Amino acid sequence: MLDDTKKPLVSVRDLKMHFPIHAGLLRRRVGEVKAVDGVSFDVMEGETLGLVGESGCGKSTCGRAVLRLYDITAGSIKIGDREIGSTPQTQLRDMRPTMQMVFQDPQASLNPRMTVEDIIKEPFDEHTKLSDAEKRAKVGELMDAVGLNRKFAKRYPQAFSGGQRQRIGIARALALNPKFIVCDEPIAALDVSIQAQVVNLLEDLQEQFGLTYLFISHDLSMVRHIATRVAVMYLGKIVELAPREGLYAEPLHPYTKALLSAVPEPDPSLARATERIILQGDVPSPSNPPEGCNFCTRCPSVMDICKRVEPEYREVQPGRFTACHLYNDTNDTVGQTAGHEANKSVNKEKTQ
Amino acid sequence: MPDGALPVLDVRDLKTVFQTRGGEVHAVNDVSFSLKPGELLGVVGESGSGKSVTMMSLLGLLPSPPAEVRNGTVMFDGKNLLDVSQETLRSVRGGKIGFVFQDPMTSLNPVYQVGFQIMEPLRKHMGMTKAEAAKRAQELLELVGIPDAKQRLLDYPHQFSGGMRQRVMIAIALACDPQVLIADEPTTALDVTIQAQILELMKDLRDKLGMAVIWITHDLGVIAGIADRVMVMYGGQVVEHAPVHELFKNPQHPYTRALLKTIPKIHEARATRLTIIEGQPPMIAGAPTSCAFRERCDVAFDRCAVENPPRYDLGDGHDAACFYDARTGGPRDA
Repeated sequence: MLDDTKKPLVSVRDLKMHFPIHAGLLRRRVGEVKAVDGVSFDVMEGETLGLVGESGCGKSTCGRAVLRLYDITAGSIKIGDREIGSTPQTQLRDMRPTMQMVFQDPQASLNPRMTVEDIIKEPFDEHTKLSDAEKRAKVGELMDAVGLNRKFAKRYPQAFSGGQRQRIGIARALALNPKFIVCDEPIAALDVSIQAQVVNLLEDLQEQFGLTYLFISHDLSMVRHIATRVAVMYLGKIVELAPREGLYAEPLHPYTKALLSAVPEPDPSLARATERIILQGDVPSPSNPPEGCNFCTRCPSVMDICKRVEPEYREVQPGRFTACHLYNDTNDTVGQTAGHEANKSVNKEKTQ
Repeated sequence: MPDGALPVLDVRDLKTVFQTRGGEVHAVNDVSFSLKPGELLGVVGESGSGKSVTMMSLLGLLPSPPAEVRNGTVMFDGKNLLDVSQETLRSVRGGKIGFVFQDPMTSLNPVYQVGFQIMEPLRKHMGMTKAEAAKRAQELLELVGIPDAKQRLLDYPHQFSGGMRQRVMIAIALACDPQVLIADEPTTALDVTIQAQILELMKDLRDKLGMAVIWITHDLGVIAGIADRVMVMYGGQVVEHAPVHELFKNPQHPYTRALLKTIPKIHEARATRLTIIEGQPPMIAGAPTSCAFRERCDVAFDRCAVENPPRYDLGDGHDAACFYDARTGGPRDA
């Protein structure tokens, strides 16, 4: 997967995005929500990196921060050869054409008072000096590319269904020939029968235009379909990053295991036969994460060290990264006993 | 009913129409189903397929106008719920029939302690005293797996997480020992790990309390894990209905078959391309005069455009509303 021919298009190192919490009469800063707390990953040219996790884990914030829709707290973001981590917003403007975003809610991300043509044309107005006729020709091409009928160019977003609206959003993102697109839950608001249409479209466009995607989703089955590699986030951190097949066949981190086992299986015989790992409790608050490993409060394989020392995020097998004490070379035996512990707690859960 | 057990709820030819400026919208078209004691019926469909409106119609929860339940019978406890007085209906709702809605945040009142909200049906429907209700409320919270139940009765909804709030909702629905629990997308707003907790809880409770459950969802994966029988809805109608194993192994309606193919399976070899269902879900205006799925169907023929297919009985509790017989590969006769 990480063969030498592929080089990273996007390199993120130790990215942190903390939001301040203000309280009291004087709106003093009393703490911070550590939405993204030190994540590092590369997105290779032409690949789709899936970013999965539950709500509140920071995956959307991470996607937005990578595009510098926020002023990040710390870290470095390199897109192509340019470091944009600390570039002021005004200078980012001329970078914007290469990096675009498709948003989750096609209803909320399209201006209801603009026609489809105006929406798709706007990037040209902002970033190019094309004539009106040229712009309109380009809009037509884009509408063809995403499978929208050119005849509908003068209509308003509300005249379209959810799936079609998402196509408008995709056409707008494609307008300036971007290299890198962050897709933030692009199918979450769509019906099952429409999701597949949009995913197939994204794959077609990727092939046609050589796009690189960061595909953010909570739908693990769909990510397995579309992604080349997958990163799993929990409470602001990446706990595991691996090539698709490896991750789904043999997840390393206990959280990934639990997450995968919780996915409902659309096959009644299998669904009833599989042993599920049911996690206890809820995700802790990102404003007050636990000491040590973030997952230690719910982990079925938790050890003493997990409650004290934060595990290092490192490459444990070629191309596979994880942050878990179970995979520290120094304590292989610990890993085994912890495995027993895991089984024990699963059994306990069943008898309760 | 194959087992001969008397259905606890029996819905026949339910028809609900909305009056809108654009004309009549036939949201529920001759929907019939029955529910046996202790059974879990899954209702699957996309948004707008009429699954929620069906359940709200039979409980009299739709505002009228614009809604009008035009036809049908809903037999429960020896009475037709469509004929009884509002008062009787009120005592059934939240009493013998409990329900859980999709969004646990908006269905709990933010200004009352959850204890009060659990006690409310107990005092209204069961005539309990405050002390009795408080004791029972604590038992209920324990039943749905909320630790430290006594203390948490005094908390407000915002002090609970999404999964915990849904547990509270379930506790309220269970308060009066319902014979039927209607759960409308109860896990859709929740994360998968929390969803897994709630699914386990529901299976447990069903076995423990022996109530019948109607579980509405758009997620076939959830249905596969929990339902005994499944009803697939499309365009306001029941298009297929079968025992769960039969439905997944042997789907007969083209819509069900297409739906099962479009979802990527996490444990199966990855397809290079997802199968898609072309087109959009239908707009349901006017009474159906043709098959609602016709335009997206890969086996549709002339008859589908001029006649709405009835539900054909295929034996073993399986029926499908389609003129095409997938078993013979040709049109069904008569």
